[in-house]
Amino acid sequence: MAKTITIEPISRIEGHGMITIVVEDDGSIGDARFHVTQFRGFEKLCEGRPYYEMVSITERICGICPVSHALASSKACDSILGVHPPETAVMLRRLLNCGEFIQSHALSFFYLSSPDLLLGMDTDPEKRNIVGVIEAYPELARSGIRLRKIGQQVIELLSGKRIHAAWVVPGGVNAPFTAEHRDTIRQMIPEALEITTHTLTMFKKSLENFREEIQTFANFPTLFMGMVDKDGNLEHVDGRLRIIDAKGNIIADTVDPADYQQIIAEEVEQWSYLKFPYYKPMGYPAGIYRVGPAARLNVCNGCGTPLADEEWAEFRALERGPVMSSFFNHYARLIEILFCIETMQKLLDDPALLSPRIRAYAQPNFLEGIGCVEAPRGTLLHHYQVDENGLMTWANLIVATGHNNLAMNRGVLQVAKRFITGTEVSEGALNRLEAVIRAFDPCLSCSTHALGGMPFTISFRKRDGTLLQTL
Amino acid sequence: MKQHPPKKVRSDLNPSRLLTFKIDDRDVTAHEDETILSVARQNNIIIPTLCHLDGLSERGACRLCIVEVRGSTKLLPACVTFPRQDMEIITNSKRVINYRKKILELLFTERNHVCSVCVANGHCELQNLAVELGVDHVRYPYLYPRHDVDASHSRFCIDHNRCVLCLRCVRVCDEIEGAHTWDIMGRGMTSKVITDLNQPWGTSETCTGCGKCVQVCPTGALTEKGKSVAEMSKRRQFLPYLQMMRGRQGGSWQK
Repeated sequence: MAKTITIEPISRIEGHGMITIVVEDDGSIGDARFHVTQFRGFEKLCEGRPYYEMVSITERICGICPVSHALASSKACDSILGVHPPETAVMLRRLLNCGEFIQSHALSFFYLSSPDLLLGMDTDPEKRNIVGVIEAYPELARSGIRLRKIGQQVIELLSGKRIHAAWVVPGGVNAPFTAEHRDTIRQMIPEALEITTHTLTMFKKSLENFREEIQTFANFPTLFMGMVDKDGNLEHVDGRLRIIDAKGNIIADTVDPADYQQIIAEEVEQWSYLKFPYYKPMGYPAGIYRVGPAARLNVCNGCGTPLADEEWAEFRALERGPVMSSFFNHYARLIEILFCIETMQKLLDDPALLSPRIRAYAQPNFLEGIGCVEAPRGTLLHHYQVDENGLMTWANLIVATGHNNLAMNRGVLQVAKRFITGTEVSEGALNRLEAVIRAFDPCLSCSTHALGGMPFTISFRKRDGTLLQTL
Repeated sequence: MKQHPPKKVRSDLNPSRLLTFKIDDRDVTAHEDETILSVARQNNIIIPTLCHLDGLSERGACRLCIVEVRGSTKLLPACVTFPRQDMEIITNSKRVINYRKKILELLFTERNHVCSVCVANGHCELQNLAVELGVDHVRYPYLYPRHDVDASHSRFCIDHNRCVLCLRCVRVCDEIEGAHTWDIMGRGMTSKVITDLNQPWGTSETCTGCGKCVQVCPTGALTEKGKSVAEMSKRRQFLPYLQMMRGRQGGSWQK
């Protein structure tokens, strides 16, 4: 009789999920699934609300990447209004986004994943948490917390609030930036740079300890999707979508996010609240693709900033063609932090940043709007339809964790096959199952726009569903 | 809409009586046509209000200004109650405060008030009252009624989810603008403010589009379109001046 192993809740991720693994009679792994068990229904509750409330409503989907939702939403509203925000507003939004990438990536790397990376996958679970890291590596833990704080402070200095500010509005932003705040941010940059470069050096040295994880953490060929600017460089806010295949060939380029439906379709499975987007021309589930930090570095021609470009070149030299293992998302996150710090520096040096022209006004001129940005975890799409009075009639949100859903499921299967034999499952194997999910840094609250309970559990079940054991 | 006070008499021919009484143990003096609320305010005694607005007739709708009168078991609304000689009024007893909190909590449960995504966040009288009175929990189940947003007007928008039925809009439209576009239908907590004959605001023939209703609305129910969250601050200072200039008092023309 085949058995099922269930991990519920999965710990150290944003939101609530579960892993089930079917173990066949001969001890081999039959199937493995990553279930998202939370449901929130934002798309439904938006119906009937005025479009201009959407920025703040969708921000509430997440407390970690509200800025991404605010930006995607405001861009969707911009296109409903039919306006181009003034140049300064575009720059300020971009600066805000840099702050968010720094804090969100720092959260993922230092708070959620560093216990696995620094203390090892097999250490005592009692110690394998941020408190354990603080004990063992106080300096590094402190600098990680400091880096996240810098990101949060950038957000606060711009928008007035660290989380869920109402500063980004349809048409631009609603308050100009001040020279005083600009100088405060400037002063933080050297420290942020130092923390990031130091951590990068350390992380690169430690890579050889994770050879097995690198081999098995969702290390298989898929497509990759990410946003690039007009030169094909890394872009987070205003760019076009590019998709490459597993060999690195560009199969779709300069796709206007407004045409996303030509390349992406979504499928639903009974066992998860998270939808399964796929690359439309290849069908479901063959059109599996990945988004996120490593995917972005895979699709772009470079970063466009000097320090990040050097690191990018080194990153891409890891493999011929795209970097396949999702373990390298951790690496890519650090490079993106570097890119954001450099981008911030560039923006702060531009005097146009302080201009008071920051908002375009209009009545709704179009009944449909699509907004797209790169969130820390990957491409984020907001698609709205409104009636002639500007009230929402329909919304569809595709978030990073959704894009990665197929890949996460296959990643779990890959790790299960490598680290589990029979029903005797070691603690380290369980942790690796969670760690492969963590490498994607999924935000389940975002992905289901849902509200959830506990992190993550594993349970063993027979094929008929009888529970054998829960861990 | 005509309420108190009674028709004004010429004070030079019939000097109004002066009353002496007590509010919160302080001796105060007032004309007999002044409400307890206005006497309290003149003496810097704070009584919370919601439906009251300087420049509009009194309605006594929200009951937040209730006060205790020694010797009476009933709590009386200060905005529509006139003092009597030697009355002893208590504005801040435990009982009064407790009831005010309950009233506020019930207001929150009756409709769908979500401050965080409201355009009036930070500029809302209901929100301020909750802060002032320390309402940090609502002890009653929320009703979550289904209410529509009417955005058919070209410049303004009404969200019935946030309406507290203070009827300031009805009064300002009738008493100051003279259009009487707004009125009320239904009974009790199923009441609803309507424009003209319960038709979309944008199709109203009487609405002049002056926007006074939007400015006097204490919450985010009546708003200007396109204002983003927390941007809808309101200007109400103009009302007493408008009223004075138009020579109207409490809904009736001065003789």
